Amino acid sequence: MRINDKIKLTRESIQALFHLLSNNDYRLIGPTVRDSAIVYDELREVTDLPVGWTDEQNPGVYRLKKRQDEALFGYTVGPHSWKKFLHLPLLRLWKAKRRKNGWEILDDREPPAKLAFIGVRACELHAIAIQDKIFLEGRYIDPVYRSQRENIFIVAVNCGQAGGTCFCADMNAGPQAASGFDLALTEVIEPERHYFIAEIGSARGAEVLSQLPHEMAQENEKKIAENIVANTAAQMGRRLTTSGIKDLLYRNTEHPRWDEVASRCLNCANCTMVCPTCFCTTVEDVTDLTGEQAERWRKWDSCFTMDFSYIHGGSVRPSAKARYRQWLTHKLASWIDQFDASGCVGCGRCITWCPVGIDITEEVRVIRDSEVATNAEALKIEN
Amino acid sequence: METLEPILAEHPFLQGLEASHLHLIVGCASNVRFDAGQFLCREGEEADQFYIIRHGKVAVEIFGAQKGPITIQTIGEGEILGWSWLIPPYHWHFDARAIELTRAIALDGKCLRTKCENDHDLGYELLKRFSNVMEQRLEATRLQLLDVYGNNA
Amino acid sequence: MATMLERQNHSADPMMPAPFRVQRLRQDTYDTFTLELQPANGLSEFAFAAGQFNMLYVFGAGEVPISISGDPAKSQTLVHTTRAVGVVTKAMRKLQRGEMLGVRGPFGTHWPVAEALGSDIVIVAGGIGLAPLRPALYALLARREKYGKVVLLYGARTPEDILYRRELERWRARLDLEVYVTVDRAAGNWRGNVGVVTTLIPKAPFDPRNAVAMVCGPEIMMRFTVLELQKRGVPAENIFLSMERNMKCAVGFCGHCQFGPAFICKDGPVFRYDRIKDLFTKREI
Repeated sequence: MRINDKIKLTRESIQALFHLLSNNDYRLIGPTVRDSAIVYDELREVTDLPVGWTDEQNPGVYRLKKRQDEALFGYTVGPHSWKKFLHLPLLRLWKAKRRKNGWEILDDREPPAKLAFIGVRACELHAIAIQDKIFLEGRYIDPVYRSQRENIFIVAVNCGQAGGTCFCADMNAGPQAASGFDLALTEVIEPERHYFIAEIGSARGAEVLSQLPHEMAQENEKKIAENIVANTAAQMGRRLTTSGIKDLLYRNTEHPRWDEVASRCLNCANCTMVCPTCFCTTVEDVTDLTGEQAERWRKWDSCFTMDFSYIHGGSVRPSAKARYRQWLTHKLASWIDQFDASGCVGCGRCITWCPVGIDITEEVRVIRDSEVATNAEALKIEN
Repeated sequence: METLEPILAEHPFLQGLEASHLHLIVGCASNVRFDAGQFLCREGEEADQFYIIRHGKVAVEIFGAQKGPITIQTIGEGEILGWSWLIPPYHWHFDARAIELTRAIALDGKCLRTKCENDHDLGYELLKRFSNVMEQRLEATRLQLLDVYGNNA
Repeated sequence: MATMLERQNHSADPMMPAPFRVQRLRQDTYDTFTLELQPANGLSEFAFAAGQFNMLYVFGAGEVPISISGDPAKSQTLVHTTRAVGVVTKAMRKLQRGEMLGVRGPFGTHWPVAEALGSDIVIVAGGIGLAPLRPALYALLARREKYGKVVLLYGARTPEDILYRRELERWRARLDLEVYVTVDRAAGNWRGNVGVVTTLIPKAPFDPRNAVAMVCGPEIMMRFTVLELQKRGVPAENIFLSMERNMKCAVGFCGHCQFGPAFICKDGPVFRYDRIKDLFTKREI
């Protein structure tokens, strides 16, 4: 079996896959229903997946609904993203102890767990690649990120439906999983049959797949799988025109729309927590009550907090408007200058999980359209 | 007074003036000198003149009861001290004290005011130059007000 | 440039400080002090370029970014000058000789000392801004004959706040260096200049067509300094500023120090003015 080969699997094979990975010391992490949402947590059996569930998403709205079938992956993405396991929300960087003539940092880093990510969507593969760029490809490397990243087995899923807030197609981040996975599954549900077309993405993926009950996929089955993904691409709930978006946002720092958004935005930081690429953290140095032991911790942080930009005298961005503008401009524009790619993968989480339903695709559209309107006016006046 | 005309002519503050205007000004000019510690003017006194500093250094001071004299600005070579002669009621608003030996050209305010009333072109030329000085002082003062090096800077 | 960290045995973890010991702590003014440090782990020197900074860690108190203020040629001793304004710097001020301090760095971009060879140099420093500029001045003076006129303009709040006073007097005594010092306000016994540092620019002795300016101080001061320099004809590509923002990691991971698309920790703190001028005048960026 070779990379890009397409193999047919049954639901039983997926169960066998779970067992095979567990037996090889992988902890399975994947989607499961909890607290009326589909979150990422540990899985043991295929039945732990949100079988027969789907989600309805719109700005500020997330609901689970029962499906008519028993699809394993019949939903899009929930509030969690894989950064929860790669770019840890809370991490002790090191511990130090006082010594007679000073202090000493103890090297007690635990080895990373082997994790198998089940059900990674194309947008999420892109998000992981985006964070890889930050933590593995810059001048400095994050050693914790790197060692965890080297111990991940990825089973991706090609989306069979797009969500109400999805726009990965416009961000060139899906719905087809193109690379960065060991295996990629497309779920096919027909009246008589329920199977998966698995694409091999790596040597490790081939090796794992060869140990599962499988058949080579027929040409018509491959075509059916391709069509499913093509349909998903046509169903996106949102649209975002990305041409010239960097300069559009750079030249509109004083656009009145920012004030308008600021009147709605609660600066609650939900968007930064659910966004799969947001990576800001803060560092805290703490000590125990005796003062003999100190630790340095790293925690997720958000540019929406007042502390985030604090330097002596005050916050550089005290207004809600400046903080919203910072987040969106960074995500869609500055990121391109920083990392040669957009920071957004079109997953729609920020739109769904915003308590006031701010839709970034709408915000950008309003700014873009206002320029078109202004230019049209100018042309009219000239003529 | 003839000796002062070339000196005034080459001073940057008066550059660009027509010869006739320069001549009018020279008529109100005199050479003065202050030793270190001497006052050029006192707050409240009549502002009968302004000074073009030729060399030395002058401290513009304001005296506060508990604080003593606070220097808010120093004026050096080539710079101008005093515009209160232009603005009624023509009184100095601060003290100015020479910090080191200072030589200056003093220009008689009353004399100049009369000449400006009679020759509005001369008046305009002088006002243009003074508004420039005032603007620079104002901007510098605003920056001082911001106390940029203060504890919450 | 390979950092000291990359030669350490903490498997190149950029968040791990290296141990240094306090050689000397000197109070410069009522709120500013200078630390002299030496490596405690067997390394004999610390190489850095003028303008760079370190993250300094006080056990249990925390870590802060502080510019290096010593001579790059004297790499056996690491010198930092800072104001004691927060929890960490106040704890730092209490350190005794021989006590340990954690150091990560050096980080960031540097003053264009080599790139400015052959030009006149104008250094404009405001307040504590003189500290990150001092290493540049040392480097310039070490190869004095390679530069044209060198002018230092320094503004402090009051005469009591003047930093490195004895050194300033020594520099002023040199025949090949022009030093002008001014304060924002003074009591009656001050015989020097009073007025903001920007007032020193119009008459400073340098050729604006062939000068490189290095500016550091509070942002407002830098904004007006740039205006005055440009009024004199110094082109934007020849003006360099040192910017400051909140910093937590110094290695481009935490996101706090962003200034537009630039990370102050790796794209700065020294910036060429023409590259940031659009951001510089915007509010809350």
